[in-house]
Amino acid sequence: MHATTPAISVERLVKIYNGATAVDDISFGLPQGSITGLLGGNGAGKTTTIATIMGLVTPTSGTVKVLGLDMPRQRYQVLHRMNFESPYVDMPMRLTVRQNLVVFARIYGVADVAGRVAQLAEDLELTALLDRPTGKLSAGQKTRVSLAKSLLNWPEVLLLDEPTASLDPDTADWVRGRLQRFCRERGATMLLASHNMTEVERLCERVIMMKRGVIVDDDTPARLLARYGRQTLEEVFLDIARGRGEAREAAQ
Amino acid sequence: MSGASMALSRRRIGAMVSRYWYLLRSSWPRILDLIYWPAVQMLMWGFLQTYISQNAGYFAQAGGVFIGAVLLWDILFRGQLGFSISFLEEMYARNLGNLMMSPLRPVEFVAALMIMSLIRLAIGMVPVSLLAIAFFGFNVWGLGLALAAFFVNLILTSWAIGIFVSGLLLRNGMGAESMAWTIMFLFLPLTCVYYPVTVLPEWLQWLAWSLPPTYVFEGMRALLIGQVFRADLMLQAFALNVVLFAAASVAFLKLLDSARVHGSLLQSSE
Repeated sequence: MHATTPAISVERLVKIYNGATAVDDISFGLPQGSITGLLGGNGAGKTTTIATIMGLVTPTSGTVKVLGLDMPRQRYQVLHRMNFESPYVDMPMRLTVRQNLVVFARIYGVADVAGRVAQLAEDLELTALLDRPTGKLSAGQKTRVSLAKSLLNWPEVLLLDEPTASLDPDTADWVRGRLQRFCRERGATMLLASHNMTEVERLCERVIMMKRGVIVDDDTPARLLARYGRQTLEEVFLDIARGRGEAREAAQ
Repeated sequence: MSGASMALSRRRIGAMVSRYWYLLRSSWPRILDLIYWPAVQMLMWGFLQTYISQNAGYFAQAGGVFIGAVLLWDILFRGQLGFSISFLEEMYARNLGNLMMSPLRPVEFVAALMIMSLIRLAIGMVPVSLLAIAFFGFNVWGLGLALAAFFVNLILTSWAIGIFVSGLLLRNGMGAESMAWTIMFLFLPLTCVYYPVTVLPEWLQWLAWSLPPTYVFEGMRALLIGQVFRADLMLQAFALNVVLFAAASVAFLKLLDSARVHGSLLQSSE
C-alpha cells in the first residue's frame, strides 16, 4: 500500500435503518498516523459511522475503505490490522484477564502471545491483575483490560468509541497518555468518538463534527475555536448542537 | 461470502474453543448441568421400561428401547443445546461485538461451537451411558458401528439446527433466545423418538420422514427389536443431513448479512 493511501476513506456514506437516516452522505479521509475526533450529540451518527468502518454495518450506499480495502466486502483482509475499544462491548467476565488476552491475541494472530500479553500487562499496569477474573475488576481496571485487548495486534488503525467513559479524571488522563504514546510510537491512525471535549482537545489534531447524520464541520481544534470565536471545544460543540453555528453561517 | 472469509485458521478455532473451555471449567454448575438432566431422564425412562417389560411380552423382548431412545434423543437435544449455549454465552457476556469486529471468520466461529458441542456432550453423556450399564445393564457402547452411524446423523442434525438458531440470534438479538432452548422439542413428537412412525397419522408421516433423526430412531428400534442394522436408513438420514446442514449454513450467512444491513450486531440485547 502506498504511504499516501488514506488509512480510512469514507465516500458519500449513507446508512438508513428502516426508513430512518442515521448517516446522510458523509465523506472524509484520514491520513495514516493521524488522530481524529468524531464529535456529535446522541444520534449524530458517530457509532454507526465507526461500526461501518469496522465492517459491522453494511452501508446503504457509498464506500468505506480501510488501508485501501473495501469494508465490509474485504473485511477479513484488513481486520487483523485494526482494532477497537468501546464501552458497548465487554470481555467475558468469568475468564481471567490473562485468559481473555490470550484468546484475543490468538484470534488476532499475534506471534508471541505470552510475550505480548506480558508486555502489555506491564505497559498498562495489569501484571498484578492478570490472574483475576475480569468481572471482579473495577471500571477503570476493566477499561485498561479493554485497552490492552485493542492494542494486542499493534493495530495500524485504532477505533475508539468513548474510550474513557465512566472513568475518573485521573484514570482517563492516564489512558489518554497511553493511547497518545502508542500512536506516536507506532504511527497508528486513531479515530475517536467522544463526548469528552477535554479528551478531544488533548488528543486530536483534527475534529469532525456530526449532527443528525451529516458532517457540519471538519477542521483542526485551533481553527474551529477561531471560526466559532470560542475558548473551548465544548463551547463550539454547544454552538453546533444548538444550531448557533448554522445561524452564524446564515448571518454571514 | 468470499473465499477469504471461508478460509479456516486452526489457531483462531483453537482460541475460541479455549475461550469456552476456560468458562466451562471455571463454573461447576455449568458442568453439573451437563450431566444431571440426562441422568434423570435416563433413570426415569429406564425404570418405566423395567416396569412395562415385567408386564408386557412385547416390551420384554424389546429390552433397552426406551433407554436407547433417551440416550439418542439426548445426543440430538444436547448437541444442539451445547452449540447454542456456547453462542448465547457470547451474547450474555456482551462479547459478540468483540468477535464480530475481529478477524474471526463465521466458519471458524461455527467450527469452534461444533467442537464445544462435542466436548459438552461427552461430559454429559459418557457418565450417563455408564449409569445405564450400572442400573439397567444397557450398554449403548455395545451397539458398535451402529452407534457411530446414529451419532454422526444426530450430531449433524443438532449442528444444523444450532447454526440456524445462531443466525436467528444474530439477526433478532435475545428476542430469539427461547428458540435456542425449545426448538428441538418440535422434533420430539415428529421424529418418533419413543414410538414407530406408523403411529403417526398418515398425513404427518411424510413430514416425519423428511427429518433425518426419524431414520435414526427407526434404525435404533430395528436394531434393538429386530436385531437388524438398517444401513439404508442411515444413508438416507445422512443425505437429508447434508441438505439440512447446507440449508442451515446458507440461512446463517444470510441472517448474518441481514444483521449487518439492519445494524443488529451493534445491539444484540432484546
